[in-house]
Amino acid sequence: MTFLIVILTLVLLGLVALVVGAPLRSARRARDVEPQEGARSQPGGEPASPSAYTRDELEVAREAKYREIRDAELDYRTGKLSREDYEAIDADLRAEALEILNRLEGVTPTEP
Amino acid sequence: MAGFGFACLVLALVVCAYGIGVSLYGARSGRVEFSESGRRSVYALALVLTVAMVVLELAFVGNDFAFNTVADTSSRTTPLFYRAAAVWSSQEGSLLLWAWLMSLWSSLALFLTRRRLRDVAAYATAILLGFGAFFVGLMVFYANPFATTHPAPAEGVGLDPLLRFPAMMIHPPMLYSGYTLCIVPLAFGMGALLARRVDADWIKVIRRFAFAAWLFLGAGIMLGALWSYSELGWGGYWGWDAVENAALLPWLTGTAFLHSLMIQEKRGMLKVWNVSLALATGTLAVMGTFLVRSGILDSIHAFGGHTLGVPFVILIALLIAGSIYLVASRRSMLRSEHRLDSWLSREAAFLANNLVLVALAFVILWGTYFPLISEAIGGQEASVGPPWFDRYTVPLALILVLLSGVGPVIAWRRATLANARRNFMIPIGCALATLIGLEAGGVTAHPLAIVMFCLAGFVVGSVGQEFYRGTRARIAIAHEPPPLALLALVRRNRRRYGGYIVHIGIAVMFVGVAASSSFQHASELGLNPGQSTRIGSYEIRYVRPTASITPAEDRAHTGSTLSLGAVLDVTQNGHHVATLDPSEGFYASEEASQGTVGSLIGGQPVSHIAMNLNLARNVWTAVQPDIETPDLKRIITDGNNTLPPQDAIIAVAYLARAYLKHPPQAQFNFLVSPLVLWLWIGAIVIIGGSITALWPAPSRIRQRVLAGARARTRRGLARA
Repeated sequence: MTFLIVILTLVLLGLVALVVGAPLRSARRARDVEPQEGARSQPGGEPASPSAYTRDELEVAREAKYREIRDAELDYRTGKLSREDYEAIDADLRAEALEILNRLEGVTPTEP
Repeated sequence: MAGFGFACLVLALVVCAYGIGVSLYGARSGRVEFSESGRRSVYALALVLTVAMVVLELAFVGNDFAFNTVADTSSRTTPLFYRAAAVWSSQEGSLLLWAWLMSLWSSLALFLTRRRLRDVAAYATAILLGFGAFFVGLMVFYANPFATTHPAPAEGVGLDPLLRFPAMMIHPPMLYSGYTLCIVPLAFGMGALLARRVDADWIKVIRRFAFAAWLFLGAGIMLGALWSYSELGWGGYWGWDAVENAALLPWLTGTAFLHSLMIQEKRGMLKVWNVSLALATGTLAVMGTFLVRSGILDSIHAFGGHTLGVPFVILIALLIAGSIYLVASRRSMLRSEHRLDSWLSREAAFLANNLVLVALAFVILWGTYFPLISEAIGGQEASVGPPWFDRYTVPLALILVLLSGVGPVIAWRRATLANARRNFMIPIGCALATLIGLEAGGVTAHPLAIVMFCLAGFVVGSVGQEFYRGTRARIAIAHEPPPLALLALVRRNRRRYGGYIVHIGIAVMFVGVAASSSFQHASELGLNPGQSTRIGSYEIRYVRPTASITPAEDRAHTGSTLSLGAVLDVTQNGHHVATLDPSEGFYASEEASQGTVGSLIGGQPVSHIAMNLNLARNVWTAVQPDIETPDLKRIITDGNNTLPPQDAIIAVAYLARAYLKHPPQAQFNFLVSPLVLWLWIGAIVIIGGSITALWPAPSRIRQRVLAGARARTRRGLARA
């Protein structure tokens, strides 16, 4: 029984080592293949760059703004906003959305 | 196999330590492969703890009494369902359940964020693994679920009879899922502050987890209330017990968080408030976990375990201190991007709702922890009972229900007075119609309950108006038939309309609470067979006693040795309503001093409630048979003195026959509670609304699938 426990534990340990060590092994292989690129790239994902952060933030802001535009229209159609208020709010929101889209276009595009 | 289970715990601890180290290194150095390895450590933790859980489950299902937890909480006569669930009825097993669920939810959260928020996620990973290390460390050093005794006992003690109730077995996984899901927003909130990335991205990422935490916590709380009502002999579903309150606290702050994060998503406001709520909710979840296993409570919910109190106090102190430091040191980054446009706006209503919820949480926090702290410091027992809680929570609950009707009717950003007047006409009309209906029906007592009913009418009117107008708008645009238009409206606006359904559920639930508590008829008295009593408009007659000996007649798998009860005939205005058969189960104890016969029935008796439930009311009955009469005690004493252990059951059978032949007066507890079923109906509606709000939109699912396929294709081309 003790032998079985030891074997099972070693198998589990091996599995764990395989799972957690995979990114480190991949990074080492990538460095061995292209040593000039250094250690900052990662197979299967984008490098952590400031423009990626900005793009993520802007995409979230864009989706939120689209949702606000839809909510405002629904508020108007369900009688919670007068026509004048809705047109004013809609104009503000669309201007804000346009600003976000312009900023998104200005960010360096990477692989989606 | 116990050795393998313990080896899994040690391995889990090592994985946590490794993962914390590489995650922090990856976060600080920007080396993505280390952050990625840290994330995979969480997956590995989930794998290892799953194996540990399987080992323990197999021990319970297979009746391996060498495991101390199995011997202490299970037995060969325990039905399979309860054996499988008994894993978490002990301190040690429940710690494993907590750690396991946390590892699973953490794995899901980190998997879903693997392509974004890398710097935030790295810190969050370290914090999640920190919690993992804490709970696994408790098991390794203090409360080992794989501890064994050799030689193994031939039979286990069995499950606490009070826990032999299906809802009670599902309650811990639900509640712990809620608690552990609360840790995800805490970890990501702290990660966002540490990484100095406090934009809306982290909010978007954790919103679903915060909602899921709220849903599971709510389900766990309702299951506990159902158990209390159906199994305990006092006839109530909420007693302001410290452990009940401890689960309610993160649910309240979580509710506030779900509302206020909408304001941050839309207007970039309340950033300090939101991150503070996320941290507070997670900390309250840890405090709730602490309360049942610190040893400071003597409660049906408590696991005891005095040795665990100190580590938990240290963890909670670290969480509070760390949260305050992080928020204070990053406050300049948490400034609001906009101001409130108008006090007549949905933002203002949400703000008011938040203040009420936090006030409720503060009141309950004070009432729960102040007596405990006072007792710990001064040594004198202090208590705060239901009247104290009701005095402060009822008015706040009324305001909350009012706001849940106001919010849906007001626009975001600003509403005009003219619009507001028009939009509030129907909800106010519904409230007035409710009041008139109650007056006409002669329901005039208990003014606070009347106010609650009218406010529920207001909410139904408000939300119903929203559904009607939204459907009408959809028909005008898409020219669909009304049922399809309604479906499309909800599908395209799941968060909004799912939230509206939740508000209806809250209103229905509070109607059930107000009616069943304010208009309840209760009676506690002794009856002999043939005697009857009047309660409300019902007459209840004690027809005859009942007795049964297990296991042959234990159809409900109560595990009791002896069950004594009564047949009751319930009538109303001379018409038969129901026949009820409440009973009390007498269980075996381990007290050798009680004798061979006495120990077969000397354990804590458990009431088995009988009720007749419909939409309008519940007739609830409980009985406490008296086995302390001289004649019955003599049977037990004679049996102790004359019978060997293997024949002791004969005396119990003789006692049952004597009870039937000459039944002594039994004590009965009767309750007639109006609308109590609405409490559970409201809970089901809340769950339905939550699932609607949480369900991903179809177009988004399609986009994600397509984006994944495009990404995989591009990677393939790059490698070629």
